[in-house]
Amino acid sequence: MRVFVQGIGVWAPKLPSWQATRAVIRGEAGLADVAAKRPTGALLAANERRRAPDTVLIALEVAAAACADAELDPRILPSIFASTHGDLAVCDSMSTTLAASPELVSPIKFHNSVHNAAVGYWTIATGAVEASTAISAGNETFAEGLLEAAVYALSEQRPVLFVTYDIQVVGGLASVTKSDGLFGVALVIAPEENQLTKCVLDIELMDLLDPVAPETARLPAESAVCGNALAPMFPTLERIALGDAQPLVLPLARLRGLSLVVAEATP
Amino acid sequence: MSQHDRTAAVDGARHARTLPLTVQAFTVTTAAGADSAKLWDAVLNARSHLRANDFTPTPIAAWIGRVNGLETAALPAQFCDWECRNNRLAWQALNQDGFFDTARKAVAHFGARRVAVIMGTSTGSVGATEEGYARLTDSGGFPSDLVRPIVHTAHSLGDFVQHVLGTSGPCVTVNTACSSSAKVFAQAERLIRLGVVDAAIVGGVDTLCGSVMYGFNSLQLLSPERCRPFAADRNGISLGEAGGFALLARAAPEDEQPALSLVGWGESSDAYHMSSPQPDGLGAERAMLQALSNAGLSANDIDYINAHGTASTKNDEVEAAVIARSFPVTTRMSSTKGITGHALGAAGIVEAAISLMALRHNWIPANVGTKNVDPLATAHLALHGEAKPVHHVLSNNFGFGGNNCALIFGKNGSVQ
Repeated sequence: MRVFVQGIGVWAPKLPSWQATRAVIRGEAGLADVAAKRPTGALLAANERRRAPDTVLIALEVAAAACADAELDPRILPSIFASTHGDLAVCDSMSTTLAASPELVSPIKFHNSVHNAAVGYWTIATGAVEASTAISAGNETFAEGLLEAAVYALSEQRPVLFVTYDIQVVGGLASVTKSDGLFGVALVIAPEENQLTKCVLDIELMDLLDPVAPETARLPAESAVCGNALAPMFPTLERIALGDAQPLVLPLARLRGLSLVVAEATP
Repeated sequence: MSQHDRTAAVDGARHARTLPLTVQAFTVTTAAGADSAKLWDAVLNARSHLRANDFTPTPIAAWIGRVNGLETAALPAQFCDWECRNNRLAWQALNQDGFFDTARKAVAHFGARRVAVIMGTSTGSVGATEEGYARLTDSGGFPSDLVRPIVHTAHSLGDFVQHVLGTSGPCVTVNTACSSSAKVFAQAERLIRLGVVDAAIVGGVDTLCGSVMYGFNSLQLLSPERCRPFAADRNGISLGEAGGFALLARAAPEDEQPALSLVGWGESSDAYHMSSPQPDGLGAERAMLQALSNAGLSANDIDYINAHGTASTKNDEVEAAVIARSFPVTTRMSSTKGITGHALGAAGIVEAAISLMALRHNWIPANVGTKNVDPLATAHLALHGEAKPVHHVLSNNFGFGGNNCALIFGKNGSVQ
């Protein structure tokens, strides 16, 4: 199936935007000297910003950037938010409290613990009343999320906001889960090409003869992206930044894969 | 002309956008019992299966819809990586109503690659993660029996179901709180309509855990008595646990067999508050109207609404007002959460199953637990069960974060 990327947003501590990320991938610039701790949370009120979980800050940051890049009002866009682990820090905090003194669980911590907290905050912050969802698919979260976004755009014939993010694991969860740093990417996926199209994506499900390891990013390790649960999506950004039409295979479960070919938009 | 185009042309007079999908099989395990027959018996007899909370380690004054026997129902040894309360309930539900065999036959018929697995859950197997924190080792890690990464992710359920049914089509877990296992029907319809797959196994499983019991308690949303949906004196929800599944496939136009089907869905966001509905019900109304529009139906066509009806003060007020202004009184309405409790991420599939059985048996389920009806709901509420022809049912599910989903089920022919 063929869809069109109309807007892109990226955030990692040393990659503050898609423009910066693109320049780093193309060798035109280096990583930011200083790693940012968290995105600024510009969409949130000051009191919310301080208390907002990292997943909310990072998802809102890249979602807003992608909508601006696509020149589309967030209020008209359905949204698909995908995260492998959701907010690991909130889960750590909730589980610690439940183990020690469960009656002290806070209502805000509880509603922040649902996997759809980030998309909920997004719809509230922007007034987006269309469909919204929050999904996960283990190591295949980016590939399955992108497939769902493409299916939504084509079946409903309207652009859709696809947001994906994962954060640093902390506490006891670190003994069973691996994810370093903060990383988020948002793509506005459209069913048709227009003047704002950034690139064309041809996506097909395919069989794999043998298990395939995900392609790794060519970024330096200090990019603070390589250990993130979402890192396997980075080669997709590399293809887009370089206009590289070499097929990319994103492995799915059970010897299946998602083949992705990036083509340049019609000039 | 594609299959979809043909279907649209046949149905053109009504302008349905949703591709009707046949529900080839379904199953559900709830506090009312192991299978759909036990749940329907509770519906027909208007019997609550809520019990005083005996789940939490410290007292919480609440009633719960607890599924019996999960504590001793270990998964078969070959599935030990997925072992946890939530996947135990998934396994139990899969093995009721002949569902497992029917699903396996469908996988063989369509081919594993052509069958999607789309599951919904709110907390999934987070109970296993909570147990890890309760039993941290001296080095601060999980005990060795819980070092099984898959059960500590949000995709535990989807991964487990894909593995046990042997599918290799798209596989996703939807986590939008209480609308999760309603939204799986919409996602499956899009995949099938676009031709990515030929069939989908949809469903949802949510089990009781510390997070939801203490979390809802902290929000002061739990009733110290059995929940009373749409009662004037309602005072909160009763949580439950449940699991269920449905097998969906493209309805064949030449198929003469009477069939239960999904005919419409609507999805929307309140864009208002994380844990409180938009006061005017605009988000809920948007989902219901979109479902009608996608189905090519009008409000007059809906015989029964299985309401979200949690028995929280605000949900029921908002939902009753939307139904009162949008539907004629010939549309009957009830909440079945007084029977099962609010199964959160599994509420969608439980109430889809009840909606399908209402169609099959031409019966409007009673609104169990309520005596004094809120005046807002009086005109539509089926306080007691009603025998009546049922052709279309709308099922509402609204979740945290203002996440709304409405499904419409129908039937063709005289379904037995």
